[in-house]
Amino acid sequence: MWVLSVNSLSKNFGGIKAIRNINVNIEKGNIIGLIGPNGAGKTTFFNLLTGIYSPTSGEITYNLDSKIRTKDLKPHKIVHYGIARTFQNIRLFKDMTVLDNILIGFHNRFKYGIGSAFLRLPSYYKAEANAYENALELLEKFNLLDKKDELAKNLPYGDQRKLEIARALAAKPKLLLLDEPAAGMNPIETKELRELINWIREAFDLTIILIEHDMSLVMNICDEVLVFDYGNLVAQGTPEEIQNDERVIKAYLGEEVEEC
Amino acid sequence: MEQVLQQLINGISLGSIYALIALGYTMVYGIINLINFAHGDIYMIGAYVGYAVTRFLGLGFVPALLISMATCSILGILIEKVAYKPLRNASRISALITAIAVSLFLQYTMMYFVKPDTRTFPDVLSSNKISILGGKALLDTKNIYIILITIVLMLLLQYVVLKTKIGKAMRAVALDKDVAQLMGVDINRIISFTFAIGSALAGAAGVLVGVYYNTINPLMGTVPGLKAFVAAVLGGIGLIPGAVFGGFFLGMVETLVSAYGGSIFKDAVAFGILIIVLLIKPSGLLGKTVKEKV
Amino acid sequence: MMNKVNKKILLGVILFAFYILVHVLINTGIIDSYYELNLVIIGINIILAVSLNLITGFTGQFSLGHAAFMSMGAYTSAILTAKFNQPFILALLLSGVVASVAGILIGIPTLRLKGDYLAIATLGFGEIVRVIAINTDYIGGAIGFNDIPRYTNWTWIFASVLVTILLIKRFLNSYHGRACIAIREDEIAAESMGVNTTYYKVLAFAIGAFFAGTAGSLYANYFYFIKPDSFGFMKSIDILVIVVFGGIGSILGSVIGAISLSIISLFLQGIPELRMVIYSVILFVIMVYRHKGILGKREFKIFKSRKKNRKKVEFNVGAISK
Repeated sequence: MWVLSVNSLSKNFGGIKAIRNINVNIEKGNIIGLIGPNGAGKTTFFNLLTGIYSPTSGEITYNLDSKIRTKDLKPHKIVHYGIARTFQNIRLFKDMTVLDNILIGFHNRFKYGIGSAFLRLPSYYKAEANAYENALELLEKFNLLDKKDELAKNLPYGDQRKLEIARALAAKPKLLLLDEPAAGMNPIETKELRELINWIREAFDLTIILIEHDMSLVMNICDEVLVFDYGNLVAQGTPEEIQNDERVIKAYLGEEVEEC
Repeated sequence: MEQVLQQLINGISLGSIYALIALGYTMVYGIINLINFAHGDIYMIGAYVGYAVTRFLGLGFVPALLISMATCSILGILIEKVAYKPLRNASRISALITAIAVSLFLQYTMMYFVKPDTRTFPDVLSSNKISILGGKALLDTKNIYIILITIVLMLLLQYVVLKTKIGKAMRAVALDKDVAQLMGVDINRIISFTFAIGSALAGAAGVLVGVYYNTINPLMGTVPGLKAFVAAVLGGIGLIPGAVFGGFFLGMVETLVSAYGGSIFKDAVAFGILIIVLLIKPSGLLGKTVKEKV
Repeated sequence: MMNKVNKKILLGVILFAFYILVHVLINTGIIDSYYELNLVIIGINIILAVSLNLITGFTGQFSLGHAAFMSMGAYTSAILTAKFNQPFILALLLSGVVASVAGILIGIPTLRLKGDYLAIATLGFGEIVRVIAINTDYIGGAIGFNDIPRYTNWTWIFASVLVTILLIKRFLNSYHGRACIAIREDEIAAESMGVNTTYYKVLAFAIGAFFAGTAGSLYANYFYFIKPDSFGFMKSIDILVIVVFGGIGSILGSVIGAISLSIISLFLQGIPELRMVIYSVILFVIMVYRHKGILGKREFKIFKSRKKNRKKVEFNVGAISK
């Protein structure tokens, strides 16, 4: 069953064609790797998927709780549909505590009104206590519980990446978009991240799309890999297929392999 | 029809003043992203220097203009060094409040020394009314002076910014301070230079206003200062042509609004236009829209 | 749990005692009318600063037009009490409502703007309100609005300050408030987590404007007389200065800032010619040497000791996936 279908999607910035006629279907429960050289349009693709940019042409359809089409995509509604993301250049709420960062992740699950907040009605206490418990559980799973009262900006880099993923998971997404989760991590941290992502898929029953430059990570955990180059989807297949695809090797992997 | 023509002439004169002040705002904003609220008060000090030089030293219009410009550029450099430099890495709000503090300081220090009374500017330019277009409109020689001086100063500025080495460095600093520094540009010198030029233009505007409207007082900088800033934003802040365009545009609109019965709402009109323009094109009429990179 | 309740009770008792004490001192004349006036000014400034802090400090929306909301409240209250003889409580609340509606109306279009542009748009809005007030004869025009009945007293001031702080603090400690703070921190991330940023910015404006409106009402019904120029650009700046001085994003800071700056300007009244010169130097020194504000983002964490000691569980995510 597919969760995301992209039909002839294009995005231009002035004269630059950042995304050109992309067609792809994403199956439920898979981990999809999105690779390609810098400037290939990977992050633009994410921004289109999350409504930050609107497409020049083409269509995006989600098949999550309900069918969602391109015109419904507004950045703040994405989470309600069951899609959450992280950012390439970590966007935490830096001057808020770790715990509050997670609580923002629960934002769309709160229901009580402003009056209830002003008057501290029972619905306020119930919802806040509930969210607090859930947040602690989540932090515990991510090994961040002892840092819950620290400001996000004071966390070490690896923990910031983890916190951002935890915050996205707090929104209970069905589809998780990770933009270069391993960027800036050392090999040990990357290995931990790999285990974390695998575990997330099992524990949260998710579909994951991740942009990544670390080939060992991509080839090890992804069920399917999409290769972007100059805004085009140049190849699609299992990690093995991609590793043996001549176009990909020529355009991208060849140099990587030689470097290693 | 005669009325419209007459008002247009007045509008261009007022617009020249706004444009001269707006240029300083826009240059400073372009280079350190600070709304220099004290800029209007530098213009006020320019007017007082012009007043002092003509009244007490008995010098003519041109020396007064030059001395006033020189004094204001020194003042501008001084303000930047003392007040803004320590806050270059502070939050926007702190920098803005500092600018307001400097503005208040200039206003009330002046008021302490020269007293709050309005003074009459000496008549250093002869005022000849020339009737043009077969007597349909009166053109005061003062109008001609103001407009000509403004145009000369703007051309000079354009030359400095576009054709000289220091102008190139200014543009580089405006685009990216860090990179400019790596390329060997002395940022502090460029920022000082920017303040000097901007303040000199404000000083010139001060003298011109003194000559044109004949009266000066220590609080005269506040409203034109705000309006000039509005003009800079209208045209697109950080852009030199934007400031010129915004200045003339605002001068014309205000004059026409006052002429046709709306004088009591003159100040509101300027801000009304500002809000409308910001809503339609936040980067100003001549500005480019920039979207935050995600 | 007990600890938290105890602290709240203690705080309540202290505040009540303070209220009674000042009340008695006023009634016995130990606090004379001059000091009472200053207490009123401090109270009004606290309300203004705390409400602006919600907009600028917590939600991160730079506003230079806060005095305009105060002005609307002041005139609403003046009209209702002086021209229509309405009870003060009604005038107070309606002042807030009118200002709040204005906040929404100006907020919806202008909040698309960011940073300095928003600041300038709100400044423009404030000037427009002032010019319109100057040219409206019904409310006295530039001469001002006279003969407003005096209702504001220590009780009203104390209660209003308390209610303002309590409600804004409660708002900030709810998911609505967290959404506002998230917008200040990173608008794009907040949006991607489901925060409707436009809604929350307008909401912060509406709530902030409401309390600024009530502050205007308290002002009008204390001083008998209001004029448009009392609520100009400089008043907005004064409020902003209190917020920045106390600490952007700190309620307690705003309170302390309002008190200390009111006291400073009280002392400066003795030297009228140099008052503004010294004030500007003080501002400058504060900004240069303490530009995060006296309290930074710190806050009295009275309500924050909320947890039972959870045992720290070491939990290796890697182990699970195997």
